[in-house]
Amino acid sequence: MKFTYYPGCSLHSTAEEYNASSEAVFRKIGIETEELSDWNCCGATSAHSTNDYLAHALPLRNLVLAEKQGNDVLVPCAACYNLLKNADHHMRSGAEDCEQLNQDMQEIMGANYQGNIQVKHVVDIFSEPAIMGKISELISQPLTGLKVAPYYGCLLTRPADVVAYEDNPEQPVKLDKLVDGIGADCIRWSYKTDCCGGSLSISQPDLVLQLTKKIVEAAQYAGADAIVTACPLCQTNLDSRQPKFGGGEGSTIPVFFITELIGLAIGAEGSSNWLKKHLVDPVPLLRSLNLSVAS
Amino acid sequence: MAMQEKCIEPSFSFLKQLEERSGQPVSRCYQCKKCTGGCPMSFAMDFYPNQVIRQVQLGGKAKLLSSRTIWVCACCKTCKDRCPNDIDTSAVMDTLKEMAKEEKVALGDNLVPVFHDSFLSSIERYGRVYEVGMLAGYKLKTKTYTQDMQLGIEMFKKRKLKILPEKINQLKEIKQIFDKAKEKS
Repeated sequence: MKFTYYPGCSLHSTAEEYNASSEAVFRKIGIETEELSDWNCCGATSAHSTNDYLAHALPLRNLVLAEKQGNDVLVPCAACYNLLKNADHHMRSGAEDCEQLNQDMQEIMGANYQGNIQVKHVVDIFSEPAIMGKISELISQPLTGLKVAPYYGCLLTRPADVVAYEDNPEQPVKLDKLVDGIGADCIRWSYKTDCCGGSLSISQPDLVLQLTKKIVEAAQYAGADAIVTACPLCQTNLDSRQPKFGGGEGSTIPVFFITELIGLAIGAEGSSNWLKKHLVDPVPLLRSLNLSVAS
Repeated sequence: MAMQEKCIEPSFSFLKQLEERSGQPVSRCYQCKKCTGGCPMSFAMDFYPNQVIRQVQLGGKAKLLSSRTIWVCACCKTCKDRCPNDIDTSAVMDTLKEMAKEEKVALGDNLVPVFHDSFLSSIERYGRVYEVGMLAGYKLKTKTYTQDMQLGIEMFKKRKLKILPEKINQLKEIKQIFDKAKEKS
């Protein structure tokens, strides 16, 4: 199984631990990846909020490059996944401006997009039966006793007709299955797909705080000792905003990336380096459950 | 709100323009309010999502372009997925934001579009987002130096913010994409 890997800007900066843990897990379970050569930013919320052309053209450049490179694109970042998938969907839809977009790409890059590749998210790939089987074979440390609330957010589930790979996007289950599969205790709760306000985190911090607070408190109320996500914006937002509303030490809960939890369970290398990057330190919780962290 | 609505002189030209540009069948809305019921940001809005749609139907362009709502929409698409008439209200909001920018509507204390500008200019310059440069640009323009300063320091200490930018090789392709975007708007 070989993919073209698209990390995106966050995984090279604020969410480096998502990048490192993804790569470590790919290696361990035998998913071969090659980074997309000379990839650019997908444009994120800023492009689609203010310029319709950029919203399609920026991710489209990546799709053209990926098609040249061959193999389907594998994306860990929920936002990049959403925007690449959206551009792919737009080009397949035969909308009025598709031809123009492809002509522009031909003029700018000397190639255009034919739709011969697929855009895939890591949770979708990991939850394929063959990969889940491989993960359970490799488990060296089941995460017994770790009570985790799976948090999907917006970008992996909406708009459902474009991006969702779940049977019921209002009640997604693939993260839950992965959490169950590595021996952790998956918490059932009602805020799985509520928005954390990630795209407004810098420009409207006071408003966003109200959303993150509600989500973290709902997870705690449901009995979770940690949250797990597959989005770098959700993770940064939930992890970094907690000290602001939490009542100090002890009332905050760690926010993991799904690849970190899988990595811990299958003994992938480097987990101590990933966990060092968190603002809410997850190590005391892991220690209290006698779970070891690999150097 | 009730008083404002009484003052509206219905006009269909804005509705037509917005339906064409956003590709959304706004006319279909019968005000079931599922969009507003599911909206996580409705607490901070001056027009609820269903009211935005109603204003579009009635031609309330000026009110919408200067509204707080279009900029505090978190683009979570809950409204789109729950609309029984298949209207993507958040796409309507995107079109309204684009129009507000084109018509240079006064921003007041609204910092969201300044953030988007800083973000996009970082992409135009490097091909990827350079957080430190983008944040510095945003803070200079908005004079919000102290906001989140402590958090910034924490993230810097954790090396979550890179000192140097990553630049892509074919930056001229990104420049051409931005040039075309400017031509079109």
